[in-house]
Amino acid sequence: QTVTVEVLDHLEHLALVDFRDSEGVERLQKAIQFADQLHEVNTDGIEPMDSVLEDRCLYLRDDDVTEGNCMKELMKNAREKVEEYFVAPPGNIPLPKLEEQDAFLQSS
Amino acid sequence: QVSAALREGQITPTELCQRCLSLIKSTKFLNAYITVTEETALKQAEESEKRFRRGQPLGVLDGIPVAVKDNFNTAGIETTCASNMLKGYISPYNATVVQKLLDQGAVLVGKTNLDEFAMGSGSTDGVFGPVRNPWSYSRQYKEKSAPKSHPEDKEPEWVIAGGSSGGSAAAVSSFTCFAALGSDTGGSTRNPAAHCGVVGLKPTYGLISRHGLIPLVNSMDVPGILTRCVDDAALVLGSLAGHDPKDSTTIQDKFKPFELPNLPDVSKLSIGIPKEYHAPGLSSEILALWSKAADLFKSAGAKVIEVSLPHTRYSIVCYHVLCTAEVASNMARFDGLEYGHRSATNDSTESMYAATRREGFNDVVRARILSGNYFLLKQNYEHYFVKAQKVRRLIAQDFGKVFGSGVDVLLTPTTLSHAAAYAEFIKEDNRTRSAQDDILTQAANMAGLPAINVPAALSERGLPVGLQFIGRPFQEKQLLTVAKWFEKEVKFPMIQLEEVKRHDHGAFQHQKSASFS
Repeated sequence: QTVTVEVLDHLEHLALVDFRDSEGVERLQKAIQFADQLHEVNTDGIEPMDSVLEDRCLYLRDDDVTEGNCMKELMKNAREKVEEYFVAPPGNIPLPKLEEQDAFLQSS
Repeated sequence: QVSAALREGQITPTELCQRCLSLIKSTKFLNAYITVTEETALKQAEESEKRFRRGQPLGVLDGIPVAVKDNFNTAGIETTCASNMLKGYISPYNATVVQKLLDQGAVLVGKTNLDEFAMGSGSTDGVFGPVRNPWSYSRQYKEKSAPKSHPEDKEPEWVIAGGSSGGSAAAVSSFTCFAALGSDTGGSTRNPAAHCGVVGLKPTYGLISRHGLIPLVNSMDVPGILTRCVDDAALVLGSLAGHDPKDSTTIQDKFKPFELPNLPDVSKLSIGIPKEYHAPGLSSEILALWSKAADLFKSAGAKVIEVSLPHTRYSIVCYHVLCTAEVASNMARFDGLEYGHRSATNDSTESMYAATRREGFNDVVRARILSGNYFLLKQNYEHYFVKAQKVRRLIAQDFGKVFGSGVDVLLTPTTLSHAAAYAEFIKEDNRTRSAQDDILTQAANMAGLPAINVPAALSERGLPVGLQFIGRPFQEKQLLTVAKWFEKEVKFPMIQLEEVKRHDHGAFQHQKSASFS
């Protein structure tokens, strides 16, 4: 079964990464086909495995501050900043849909 | 041996460092290094020299040149993961494993090349170009490639170094450092180790800290160790292993560094030969080598039996789903706001993120992110992601059953064949290649088991071929003992590189000084 345009659009919005061209879409198709082989395996009664260390307890340490205070260091790597703030462009503006994509890409 | 030489004053850390640095310069065509940290290396060497003069070296690693794969954070040094996304990113901190090496006095000579974000099996997909296997330039390979009548006529085509830690493997193989750090998620340390003829150790998941290793798949990544001999690997492991409060996936058990016996004995062990590892496409040379190795163990008195890991062939499919899913999540942090590349687009956060990611990631990374997101969609979650997790348990159980039945160590090939020529390799895309090349190494990552590649012999074309040993969880001592025994038996030849010979002042060429232990 092929992936619908809605799903492709949805994926691009979720991932904020684009397929760029039909080759990208084909790659996804092939990846899905490849993954379908999983269904040859009978996994009735098997629990999913999250981690190979599942038999051990997770380590928790005391809630004490032991290091930090490196704001200047960390800010060095940001491109756009004002005082101690990272500057982001305005939010809550959704990306255009796939159909409008071409026009959008041409303008950016 | 080099460590002893340093202690006895036969050579000083600065001299050693300078030799490595100039060798790096003359082997630049290998493209093994992204960043060469000449200044800091010389400073570190100087500090080390002062310690030796006072008679107070920090340990075996003091003064030893090492290289680190460029997906480990190194304070004050650019860390790029071979991607446009992180070009110009200067790490504000050292990864725990890097810190441990530096605390022992090791001298960091540079950051090595890799596939972008460690995704790949050839070290061909990074933005700094592919890594060339040093053996492409070895006398052994050249002799077998060019017909005897035209020795200088045509340069034989160069072969890939394997991936994704190809740079680290090439660096160790060409003598530009004595040990290197790689990372292993699907075989990324063992694959290039096999192609470059060096020892590649993947420790048990949870033994070595991942703090500072830019993550690919959180549940499978481990830092890998590349060295020229098994003893060296044991030494490096000794300084790196142990609980790290900054990485909650490291186990709390106290780690006891060990030394391997001088005369390892394998007669009381049981070696398993998993029949499913006779994968389609396995070269006849490697098959024969594998057989010979089994016979070697038999004649030493070990019990060699055939075993079965029935879900082996699904490991790569399972990996494909789990890896892309975790990648989709891990790569989400790259939005251009706090670090790394940032696009000029400023209309909205979403458009800026999208443009940044489009510009920063290559096709491989973007393809994996998109596939991962697909498998994680609500409608697909059970069907793909959870299913893959169930298959993962089956794979881990396969190993559990085999080890539970008395087998101590498994013996398998590491790769399907020797290194491919670059021109051949790039004919197929990254995903296809990874699926083909990771097939023998991947399952160990699924189950979190320790595994090691030991170079075994040269192929008909003069290229290295290695064999893999997989051990029980946290039984690195036993695994390395078996590896050391095997290493002694096969006596893998040293690479004959023009550049190395030219830099030889006695210390390097001597077989013993190939190692630092």
